[in-house]
Amino acid sequence: MPSNEWLTITVGAVLVNNIVLSRIMGICPFLGVSKKIKTALGMGGAVIFVMGIASLVTSCLYHWLLSVKLNFTIGSLKVENLDLSFTRILVFIVVIAALVQMVEILLQKFSPMLYGALGIYLPLITTNCAVLGAAQLNAESNRGILPSTVYGLCSGLGFALALILFASLRERLELSRIPKAFQGTSIALITAGILALAFMGFSGLVK
Amino acid sequence: MTILFAALALALLGLILGGLIGFTAKKFAVETDPRIEEITNLLPGANCGGCGYAGCADYARAIVEDGVSPANCAAATEENFQKIMAAAGQEAAKRERKVAVVYCSGDNRHAVHVALYNGLNDCRAAAALSGAGKGCRFGCIGLGSCARNCPFGAIEIRDGLAIVHAELCKGCGKCTEVCPRKLIHLVPAESKVHVFCNSLDKGPDKRKICTAGCLACRKCVKAYPELFNAQGFLVRARDGAAITAEQVAEVKCPTGALQTVDSHANPGKRKEGAA
Repeated sequence: MPSNEWLTITVGAVLVNNIVLSRIMGICPFLGVSKKIKTALGMGGAVIFVMGIASLVTSCLYHWLLSVKLNFTIGSLKVENLDLSFTRILVFIVVIAALVQMVEILLQKFSPMLYGALGIYLPLITTNCAVLGAAQLNAESNRGILPSTVYGLCSGLGFALALILFASLRERLELSRIPKAFQGTSIALITAGILALAFMGFSGLVK
Repeated sequence: MTILFAALALALLGLILGGLIGFTAKKFAVETDPRIEEITNLLPGANCGGCGYAGCADYARAIVEDGVSPANCAAATEENFQKIMAAAGQEAAKRERKVAVVYCSGDNRHAVHVALYNGLNDCRAAAALSGAGKGCRFGCIGLGSCARNCPFGAIEIRDGLAIVHAELCKGCGKCTEVCPRKLIHLVPAESKVHVFCNSLDKGPDKRKICTAGCLACRKCVKAYPELFNAQGFLVRARDGAAITAEQVAEVKCPTGALQTVDSHANPGKRKEGAA
């Protein structure tokens, strides 16, 4: 794979097609966990972690099971050219949810430090649409396993970047005099929109 | 046919994953003391940090594993506190209940404004700019940093003055940490009467900027020298002095700075200052 294609994947996932601000996925944690920079950092780390391993596992599944035509025989029944790729969203949801659950249990056992930092955020993102979206986008554009993993990690990085930027804006907003009608969620949504507009400045950087 | 196989494959996948989760949960289970969970449920769950630990679950762990006294939690109800003591196997002990008191009565009706403040809506930011417009440099700024920091919603900003609702206050002390003027104090819940003023200015200077300040006229000190103590231009109720509402009414504080906790929280009933 030529090096400029790696650049396309990374810069594209972090800035140009930012998963939150450009693809509008994962808005729920984006609005919910962005009141404080500290929690935003924890959530961002958890999303990078989960998106990375979820992309790795789902792209392995897609390449070796779902995108190939299956031929097998059960007793006298002969099955040819069985194509199960249309079930990928269902399979991805179930696999990611189960994977995060298992990773959570393993982390608690083997790395209490990491569990303390990410533990409470992991169940929040088991079936997050941004995580599923990264897996689905990988399958749609038929990326290999390594590019898929890199794309997942960079999408997570883009999510963390957007979340932390937004959290710092909201921390500042807390202290501002906001007209009563705009207080709370409404000013947060307006800010999110302006942040998304700002990220549109990156469009055209990568096709 | 394809649909049938798809359904079968998904059912199989669900079975395998369910089995895997069950296996990992059993195989890699972390053994925790069941008392930790029990005590976590008995603690108030506000995660205020008043005990000095990173939230209720962490404090429960410290109680069970390190034998820390549960008395550091000011917020647990008396009933739950006794249950926690029993669960942790510690000797019964008594806690002193404390509540926060705002030593200022200078709301917008009483405090004189000398400037317009348009800055950040935070007392600490305003304190860096000599306050949010009120003339008094010791009194409540009234932008509500304490109210926002209260995990129990016990502080209300009414008419530019922080008011503690004693029935909601658990005495965790989070408000005292953020107040830049340091005029919120934790006092024993039994002491109901205070001099609600924090200003160290001279009486006449105080009078120009606030009609509710303590003028240090010493009316109260002369009437009950055993209950009140004059410190320069400010009178304070003596520690542990049991002062009744009748005594407050009898003293007739000319500005109303000497009052009960109840009348501070319900300014409608407050005697109007000698404005």
